[in-house]
Formats: sequence, structure tokens, C-alpha cells
Amino acid sequence: MSIDKDKIKHVSKLARISVDERKIDDLTKDLSSIFKFIEQLNELNTDKVEPLSSILNEPLRYRKDEINDGKIRDKILENSPKKNEEFFVVPKVIE
Amino acid sequence: MVGKVMNKEKGKYLIEGEKGKWEVVIGLEVHAQVSSNSKLFSGSSTKFGADPNTQVSLVDSAFPGMLPVINEFCVQQAIKTGLGLNAKINSYSVFDRKNYFYADLPQGYQISQYKNPIVGEGKITLDLPSGTKTIGIERLHLEQDAGKSIHDLDPSNTYVDLNRSGVALMEIVSKPDLSSPDEVNAYIKKLRSIMRYLGTCDGNMQEGSLRADVNVSVRKEGNKELGTRCEIKNVNSIKFMQMAIIYEAQRQVELLESGKSIDQETRLFDTKKNETRSMRSKEDAHDYRYFPDPDLLPLNLNKELIENIKKNLPELPDQKKERFINNYSLTAYEANVLVSEKEISDYFEEVVKTSDIKLAKNWIMGDLFASLNEKNISISQSRVTAKKMSQLIDSISSGVISGRTAKEVFEIMKESGEEPDKIIESKGLQQKSDPKELEKIIEKILTDNKDKVEQYKSGKDKLFGFFVGQVMKISGGKANPQLVNQILKDKLKK
Amino acid sequence: MADLTKKSLTEIVSLIKKKEIKSEEVTNLFIKNIENDKKLNSFITNSNEHAVKKAKNFDKNPKFDTLLPGIPIAVKDLFCTKGVKTTAGSKMLDNFIPNYESTITKNLWNEGAFLLGKLNCDEYAMGSSNETSFFGNVMNPVAENTVPGGSSGGSASALAADLTPTTIGTDTGGSIRQPASFTGTVGLKPTYGLCSRWGIVAFASSLDQAGPMTKTVEDCALMLEAMAGFDEKDSTSINKKKENYSKNLTSNIKGLKIGIPKEYRVDGMPKEIDKLWENGKKILKESGAEIIDISLPNTKYALPTYYIVAPAEASSNLARYDGVKYGFRSNKGTNLIEMYENTRSEGFGDEVKRRILIGTYVLSSGYYDAYYIKAQKVRQLIKSDFDESFKKVDAILTPSTPSAAFKIGEKKNDPISMYLNDIFTVPVNLAGIPAISIPAGTDNNNYPLGLQLIGKTLDEQKLLNIAFATEKKINFKQNLNRWWEK
Repeated sequence: MSIDKDKIKHVSKLARISVDERKIDDLTKDLSSIFKFIEQLNELNTDKVEPLSSILNEPLRYRKDEINDGKIRDKILENSPKKNEEFFVVPKVIE
Repeated sequence: MVGKVMNKEKGKYLIEGEKGKWEVVIGLEVHAQVSSNSKLFSGSSTKFGADPNTQVSLVDSAFPGMLPVINEFCVQQAIKTGLGLNAKINSYSVFDRKNYFYADLPQGYQISQYKNPIVGEGKITLDLPSGTKTIGIERLHLEQDAGKSIHDLDPSNTYVDLNRSGVALMEIVSKPDLSSPDEVNAYIKKLRSIMRYLGTCDGNMQEGSLRADVNVSVRKEGNKELGTRCEIKNVNSIKFMQMAIIYEAQRQVELLESGKSIDQETRLFDTKKNETRSMRSKEDAHDYRYFPDPDLLPLNLNKELIENIKKNLPELPDQKKERFINNYSLTAYEANVLVSEKEISDYFEEVVKTSDIKLAKNWIMGDLFASLNEKNISISQSRVTAKKMSQLIDSISSGVISGRTAKEVFEIMKESGEEPDKIIESKGLQQKSDPKELEKIIEKILTDNKDKVEQYKSGKDKLFGFFVGQVMKISGGKANPQLVNQILKDKLKK
Repeated sequence: MADLTKKSLTEIVSLIKKKEIKSEEVTNLFIKNIENDKKLNSFITNSNEHAVKKAKNFDKNPKFDTLLPGIPIAVKDLFCTKGVKTTAGSKMLDNFIPNYESTITKNLWNEGAFLLGKLNCDEYAMGSSNETSFFGNVMNPVAENTVPGGSSGGSASALAADLTPTTIGTDTGGSIRQPASFTGTVGLKPTYGLCSRWGIVAFASSLDQAGPMTKTVEDCALMLEAMAGFDEKDSTSINKKKENYSKNLTSNIKGLKIGIPKEYRVDGMPKEIDKLWENGKKILKESGAEIIDISLPNTKYALPTYYIVAPAEASSNLARYDGVKYGFRSNKGTNLIEMYENTRSEGFGDEVKRRILIGTYVLSSGYYDAYYIKAQKVRQLIKSDFDESFKKVDAILTPSTPSAAFKIGEKKNDPISMYLNDIFTVPVNLAGIPAISIPAGTDNNNYPLGLQLIGKTLDEQKLLNIAFATEKKINFKQNLNRWWEK
């Protein structure tokens, strides 16, 4: 399973990162060597191993169903690059 | 074009194409909002209708370093709903991240459950005109709702409101066991009814508490294999679901009959144009890259918790239906209607606590339902409360008013919400039930119409009705009909 | 007290408690050092005025019954600080001012400390040399043009150069221990779940853990005590009672068993490292510990596993940086998708983008089982290796890094050789267990080298005790010519 330019283009689309055409060859080279390194794992037979599901041996802790947050619209909006008094504002979405 | 070629034979829904008959196969993914105070992973309110972005915490808007903590109540409600669907509760389940970019998805992923949902297979029984049908439930899982993108406030921008972001949803996935728009109607209503009985979801479709993604495919009649399906996203009323299915099935039949194939895709139902269309913007987002959310641990449910919830489960529609048939001698049809909504069954049971059962069911299913339809309101919004309905029925049973007068009283009640006793009193609608008074009236009528009395006695039986009519006319409709009949019969014999 | 900034945190605390020095004097001495740090570039944001104000307030109304009375502390710029810019070393957050305080920094402030500034780090903590920061390289005070390690490079550099009496970092694959090793300081990565992650810019959620960076082991115990604690806002926070690490610190380690894993001897490792390791064994033996050879057979697979798990989680954790709610937004593009693509392309640096792409790829349809699931299986094996070993030993001794600090730019264009820096630190994160790096000596350039002690889950006290005993006997002396002030 090697990584090539097409896969990188596909993945960058999924990750919403546009990749500079001029940089794509270098990127392909880097990622190929990283994947070659990663694929050392294929030497190991893991057929009988369960994947790790959690690093902690703790139960999931619950929260009570109480309203104790919200009503901080100004704080929520204050760091936004574009907003009005009530909303975050983004370029038009095309459905 | 659409709807013309529908054909119902023996209750089976088929589409008659140019080249044969086609069956429709439908599966639903219902998104039901958990009736909780706060969100699935944060402490902000879930209340409907608040000002934009006022019910948003730092967690809901995905600020750096914010972490989810799960709402215990939501987990319990999912278990409860699972039990109400006769489903297997999974003691081990996992929260996964579903990754995609959208303006109203602040984290860039939705926390959902993918491989290991909290609830496994179950079933729902539908009562259809053709009999009962069991619809399989594939799974139920918990997930976060997204926010809302508003496209029509500004010509060049989209506005984002995150009030709904993080609200707990139960996604209930059916097997592809539904085969007509009518079955979809029955399924949604039954599912909603079960959740309302349980109190786990208010089922309010106008407020978006219940929405569905509808999977539609078609196949030649009798064919066992499933066709390629299309998913119609986020339909928020039963009527639109039905319209979308009718349109989509027809579209697919036409495509297949012209030798084309169906693309498995996500489609949108345009309610204005009554058509479905491809959602191109979602296409490249299909690869959701699910993986277990490392900010959360697996959810391990202990047996006692599940048993405890099971023990405290309320009576559900199917059980109540059985009880109504047995205790109140209702027909299966009547029982079905009366248990269809928890509010209706509660209303019925309150009325029959003190009042006549037969009158109660007839009045509720007759005049009351008609008034609800006319006003487009639910039973709990009616001004005729169960208590008032009981009073009305009791005045019929005790002979204070006739059934006919009762209808008059009801017409006033449904508008003003006045008590029936007060209406009867103030309008003087009580029946005349004093035999001496009635005898006086009847004697006068018989004296004034001697010729008709002769004709009656010589065999013209039909004239009996004329005499009754005269009594009613003179008494202003208030004479007790049973008493009038009895006195008239006695007098005319002599 | 001209040398005050060279003193340990414990000594400064003691001087303040004894009222021999005021918090304001301490603060001003550190600020004076900071003003000369331009060449090190270890700070992103100075909070001098805030710090002096806090120090004056402390002196006016001192409370001495806290762990960190009147102590100014600069922290890694990955901790969200209320009202103070928090960048994570990225252009993406260049203008981000949180209106909330991370649990860890809040814990420090509750113990009497206050913020002295925000320290440079690799962008989103992705790096081993502090060369990926949007705010430029950080230099190692040990020698000009050498890297301080990463990702907590600014923290290590500032600490070693006496710009802050102590600091905190985060460690996802070695980001505390490796820079500590490169700068001759002490760094501890606690058990996963001991220190709250709430309010820390996330890199890889199942690996990230905050920890102290200090000049001495005693300081480390004190800082851990101040930082650690249950946090109900973090679902992965362990609910346990607070421990008094500093009070219970002892160098009596008689009878403890120390494991030496044979797999940590790698090809091409400088001889000095082997020598220091041997010295470590000798010291522990002299202190009454028993040395036992052990095997951690899956060690060589830790790094490849890490480079699946960490980027996978990062690709998802960094999806929130989309130009909508906070941070940078590109003004190129006319629709939402173009805005996303340009924002993320311009806002993230090359290494971050590279890791997001790796992570996206290993999670994508058709590759998930081959990469992500495979990695989680191997992670299970690596954890089991440690579990097995800890049935036999109390702690494990290894080198912290396979080399000492290297030159800026030396490994920048070779990602694999850069990643190999973390070969000894990464297995610990994968297993969620604690480990500490302490200065052990120098290589032939006179650059510091560290030894790593690895412990059982929540066994920080024992780990600190062993480190304390070892530190005493090694008696490492930092000897800097303070080139950056010239």
C-alpha cells in the first residue's frame, strides 16, 4: 500500500487543506517514506490481539442532567473572525 | 406524472411501470431528540426557540481544549427507548467520531456511535388495515445534533446558530421492512407513540424533535434482492416523507425501466417543488473516518441498571391495547385508536373512571376527534377536558339532557370551555321529564288532531312520528323522548 | 541575591516563606533575565506587567500556606490562559484570546503562583526540535544554534536559561522528557489521566498529558503536587485522592527492583549514552536497588504505532480550526469550502499539515483496518509488555533520547530521523504510564544527556523517589556560558 499523488489529493480534499501543486512532489516523497516506516507493523502477526479500546481502566463517568452552562453569547462570538450580534457568519454555503 | 400509476391491490402497494409492477422497499433512520434538560455532552439548555447562540457553551462551540462529559439521563433514556422497542441493550458500547466539515458542525466531527451502539436489534408491531405487520429495528444509538445554518438572511453569507449543537439525539434505524407510504405513516406514529408513552422524546416534528432520513429502493414484484437505494435526508413531517417516497420510487422506476441505473446517493426533498434532488455538496464527505472518540471511555452498563429501568417501564401502547379490549370490551379497532396517543388513552381512562364506557368511547372518537381535526389541535389542547366530558356524558346517562341536546352543549363547550352543567342550566336545556306535564301537552295535541288519531288507529302507524314531533316542537325539544314514547303509546291504545 | 534565578523552585519558595525575599523581587529578577532572551526566542507572550501586579498583590497580602506562594511561572503556550493570547505555536491561533483558564494553570494559580508569560513550542506540539513553531526556532541555552528539543522547547529553554523558576509542558510522545534531556533539566510525564487535559490545546487525546519541567527532582515533586488532581470536566481524569509527593519524597530506595530493557540499546547510539546508562545502573545498585534484565519485545514497533495513532487523533482534533469560531480565517475564496481549504492551508504549517494528511489517510475508508486498527492492536501489545515487566520490577531505567541536542536545521528535511528522537519516550505514552527524565551527564560536545525512569500506572511517588536518589549521586551541574546575553 503505497501513497501517491492522487491519494494525497483525495486525502487533502477530505482534510480541507488545499495542497500547493509545487509542493506535492516533496510531500509525496515525505509521506511515502513515513508510510514505509509505519508499515513495519506488518511484520507483526496481530490476528489474535484485541485492539486497545481505552488506555484507562476507569468507567465512563456521568454528568447530571442539569443546565449550568450557556447564556454566554458574547463570549462565544468574541473571537470569531466574522460575526454579527447574534450569529457566526461564513461565506455562502452551496447545497 | 407522480401518483398516477399507483395501484393498491389486496393492501399491497405496487407501482405499475411500463414494463411491469414494482415494489418499494423503505428503511427509516429516525432522529429523535432525547427529552433532556441539558445537552448530551455539555450543560447548556436544549429548550426550543431561544435566541440564536444563547444556548451554547464553550464545549458546544468546540473551543480549544474543551472536553465532553456525558449526560447520565440521556443514556438512561436510550436504554428505556430500547426496552420499549423490545430490543437488546448492549452492555458495552462506544462513542465514535464521525468526521466531516460543515459550518454548523463546530468540532469538525459529530460524536456518535458506529460499530458498537447502545441498543441492538428490536421490533415494532404495526396495526394496518390488512392486519398486523412487524417491522425490524436494526439499532438505536446516541449522537449529537448539529447546529443550524441559515441561508436566507443575507444574500452572500450564511449565518450559523449553534443552539442545537450537541443536543442529544437517538438515531433509530429500521430494517428495510416498510413497503408503502401508509406503512411509513403507521411506523412513525407508532414509534412516536411508544416514545411519548416512555417520556423519552416529545415527538414534536414542528420543532424538529423528530426527523427522518428515508432510504428508498425499488425492485420488480416478487424479486428478493434489494435494489440500489437513495437516502433522502432530514425530512421533518410524515406528509413530506410520504410525498418524497412517492416521488423517489417513481423516479427510480422510470430510470430502471429506461435501462439506466440508480446511483447510491444522498438526496434532498424540495417541499416546494415536491421532488427529490441530489445533494452534490455532500458527495465528497461520504468518507466519515469513524474512530473511537479518545476523549471518552467506552460505555459499560451494568445489569442492575438495565433491570431497574425495565422494572419501572410504564405500560406501553400494545399492552394498553390488550387491557382496553379486556377491561372495557372495546373492539381491536377502537382500542387501537384510543391507545394511539398517550394523551388520548389518559383522557379516555379519566372519563370512564366515573362515566359510561360506551358513551365515552363514542363521544371521544366521534365529536371530540372531529373538533380536534377541525381546529388542528391535540387532545391536551382541547377546551373540553376529560372532567367536562365526563360531566356531559353523565347528564346524558341520567336523563338530564338528550343525546341531541348534548351535541348542542358540546358545540358551546369546545369553543368556550364552559362546564356542561352551567350551559344546561343557563340555557334551560334540561329535559322535561315530569309525566304529568308531558301528559297535559300530549292530551292537547291529541285533541287538536282528532283526524290523525283516527287514521293512526285505523292502521297508519307512521303517524306516531308526527305526534312525537309535535310534542318536541311544543316542548322546545326538551321533552324526554323515552317518556314521550311511553305516554303516547298508552294514550293512543285507548 | 544575584544568583537567585539560578536557585531551585524549592529554595525560592522557602526564601519567600521565610520572608527573606519578596515575590516582587523574585519576579523582577526573572523579568530582567527574560529581557535578555531575544536570541533564545523562548517566549511568545510576555506577561511582565501582569506578573508584577500579581507579585505586589501577593506581597501586600501574602498567604504562605500554599505550595507555590508568590511564584511567577511561564507556561507552554498550549495551555489556555484567560485573557492572555494562546497560540499553540500556530498562525491559526495568532489572535486567539481564550476567556477561560485551563484546569492545570488554574491549579497553579490556586497554589499562589501567577503567570509570567507564554512559552514557544512546536506548532500544536508537533515536533521534536521546536522548529515547527510559527513564532520561530527556539535555541538551546546549552549552545548557540542547537535545538532545545520539542515540542516543549520554549519551556525547556526558558527553564535552563533561568527565565522562569519552573514551567509546565505537555508530553504526547516525549515532548517534556526529550527537551528536558537536551537542556539538562528534569521533566516528568505523569500517568495518563493524572493531570486534567481541560483547557489544553489538544494534539492527540489518548496520549497528551501535562507535566512539570523543573531544575530538580524535588521541584518536580512539588509541581506535580500542585498540578495533579481529579477534574470532573475531563472524562479521562482519574478520580483519586491528591498525594503529597514533595512531603513523601525520599531517597531511600533500598530493595526496589529496577528493570533494564535490552531493546533500548539501538544501533548508532553514541557511546556516552551507554556509559551514562551503565553509570545509572551502578548508582541505583549502590543505593540498594536490584538491577534486573528485562525485555520489552515490541519496543521497535512503538514509533510506527505512534505515527498512526497520534496523527489519526490529531486530524480529527484539529478539524475545529476552520476559520469560523476563532483564530485565523483566509480571505481568499468565495464559498464555504474554499474558505476552509484556504484557511487551513495558510493557517497550518507544513509539519501540522503533513500529520493531518497522514491521520486522515489512516482513518479513511479502505485503510482504517490496515493502519488504525493494526496500530491499536500493537498498542495493546506494547502496553502488555510493560504490564508483564511491572510484575517483576518497580521501575525501568533507560536513556531518555538516542542522542544529545542537534544543530538547528540538521534534521528538518528528514522527517524519519526527526521522529526517531522519540524512540525511547513514545512507548511510555502509548502505555499511559509515567516516566521522568533527569540529567545524567554530557556527550563529548558537553551537551546534556538524560536518563529516563519509567514507572507503573499512578506510581509517581516511587518514580520520584528513585529519581531523587539517582539525581543526588549523579550530581549533574549545569554550566552555561550565557552566550545569548552577550
